[in-house]
Amino acid sequence: MSSTPHIAARAAPAAWTVLPRNVGPVVAGLGLALVLNFCVQPMSGAFATKVLLDIGINIILAVSLTLVNGFTGQFSIGHAGFMALGGYVGAAVMYYGSVQLYGGAQFHGGILSWTVSQGAFAGPTFGTGDVLFLVACVAAGLVAAVAGYIVGLPSLRLRGDYLAIVTLGFGEIVRVILQSSRPQLETAAEVAQASWPRLLTQLGGALGFTTPLFYTTLFWVYLFVAITLVVTYRIKRSSYGRAFLSIREDEVAAEAMGVSTTRFKVRAFVLAAFFAGVAGALYAHSIGGINAGELGFQKSFDVVIMVVLGGMGSISGSTVAAIILTILPEALRTVTAWVNQYLPAAYALPDLRMIIYSLALILMMILRPQGLFGLHEIWDLRPWRRRRAKATGGK
Amino acid sequence: MALLEIRGLHVHYGAIHALQGIDLAVEKGQIVTLIGANGAGKSTTLRTISGLLRPSAGTLTFDGQSLTGKGPHQIVRLGVAHAPEGRGLFANFTVEENLEIGAYARKDHAGIARDREWALTLFPRLRERLRQSAATLSGGEQQMLAIARALLARPRLLLLDEPSLGLAPQVVQTIFQIVREINAAGTTILLVEQNARMALQTAHYGYVLEVGRIAQHAPAAVLAESDEVRRAYLGVG
Repeated sequence: MSSTPHIAARAAPAAWTVLPRNVGPVVAGLGLALVLNFCVQPMSGAFATKVLLDIGINIILAVSLTLVNGFTGQFSIGHAGFMALGGYVGAAVMYYGSVQLYGGAQFHGGILSWTVSQGAFAGPTFGTGDVLFLVACVAAGLVAAVAGYIVGLPSLRLRGDYLAIVTLGFGEIVRVILQSSRPQLETAAEVAQASWPRLLTQLGGALGFTTPLFYTTLFWVYLFVAITLVVTYRIKRSSYGRAFLSIREDEVAAEAMGVSTTRFKVRAFVLAAFFAGVAGALYAHSIGGINAGELGFQKSFDVVIMVVLGGMGSISGSTVAAIILTILPEALRTVTAWVNQYLPAAYALPDLRMIIYSLALILMMILRPQGLFGLHEIWDLRPWRRRRAKATGGK
Repeated sequence: MALLEIRGLHVHYGAIHALQGIDLAVEKGQIVTLIGANGAGKSTTLRTISGLLRPSAGTLTFDGQSLTGKGPHQIVRLGVAHAPEGRGLFANFTVEENLEIGAYARKDHAGIARDREWALTLFPRLRERLRQSAATLSGGEQQMLAIARALLARPRLLLLDEPSLGLAPQVVQTIFQIVREINAAGTTILLVEQNARMALQTAHYGYVLEVGRIAQHAPAAVLAESDEVRRAYLGVG
């Protein structure tokens, strides 16, 4: 399955082969992000752009959770907690940062952070706001990663259901803490006086954190999608990554091979949390704010469903699942409207789409319990490959 | 001094006192076997040596270094490899990937490539199946892979847990022949077996384990002639 099967050939990869393999796909992703941003977005309209943004954010969430639930075989159901944490940190850095730098929460980004539906763009190609946004996204990821380290620690001692409960608890704790934070500061004078540690406690409480800064564009989202995909894929197909996978396969045997299973489990949590945090920051700046109330365990389960449907360890699988499960509820709006026009008003089914959505999930799990691609990637499932696997007695 | 020395080893599983003060020595270059009935504590002994279990008392010394308090990933790096009972293969990995993770603790790429070649020469069947997933192998091939994978850690001491388990007599013969070859190439082996006849034919020295205690120990040829062993483990007399 691996493209470089021989250990000897893998011995010392030269710098000129490592660089294209890692940077090449990111550059390709950058190109795709630019195309989406400047060619697709102007044509698709605001609604389709929103769906495309959601798809990208969900891909980041699902693929990063694949690191934990798919690769190392732990079962985390608190991913939305990391997303919420990142979302608040990102929004606060961006909002309070803008107020301190520019004296108010105005848009200071370049063309990469400009959404076409907001009108014609007149400004510099790059703005200082772009840099601030990137800083906010990375800060969001780092704070979430620290939380991931803290959550990863109990996973040394717990497994299976018990770990799942801990991660569920973590997600809820994050939600409650964020919801009981102090009110958001509004005026520039207040913000200027406050210190940064204090600003990071003024997160809006139960009202959520609102921000007028819509920096998230298809460009930023799909840039981070590309980075997430490349990082996870490189991990999956490296001998370093095989250490993660070996834990899922047989933890005791992995340990006997010299894999420090505890260290790798924590690493998986940290890395997954980082990307979830970035996704949170992107989310906050795509809808103009973030409210922890929306990022409870329901959101965590949505992401887990994507990973399970994708095949618990398949990167392309969770990507495709994220796309399908984001589009499906939106596409079903049309179906709901169509059905409801034939129903008497008293018997209307406004939530019919969620019933169909749930049924679709049940059906998919019955038809493909191993997920879309199982552990494999989409390109492993070429028909001629399957035939050969059967001929040699494959499963 | 022996390569591996165990003194007064006690291991508990909760309230169960699985090993009750074991003394055991494995001389460098030998095959030493540990025979005994189900539940005697054979696998427990191996799992304690490789660090998967923590002893409640006693000392383990490998090549002059104490193993107590060290984790399995550290013990592998000292040169002790464990082919666990039930093989412990990574079922969704290919044969190649299983071998590769066997060398996980090593960094000397040239040496890894050499040992991989050697392991595949010992088990030519595996070479034909390099790109197949481990789950698709037959029982005998899986056992071969478990041993080959342990060899890729370049162990000075190889711990083999029940390599004959569930295999056809002919395959067992092949595997034990290869175990002798591995030993002849300089690897010391501690072999746990229920198949006492095979084990005593292969080993230089033997220990008989009975419910957590060493009942007797002697050169393998002597044990094979002992009345007690013949009656209890070889089904004769």
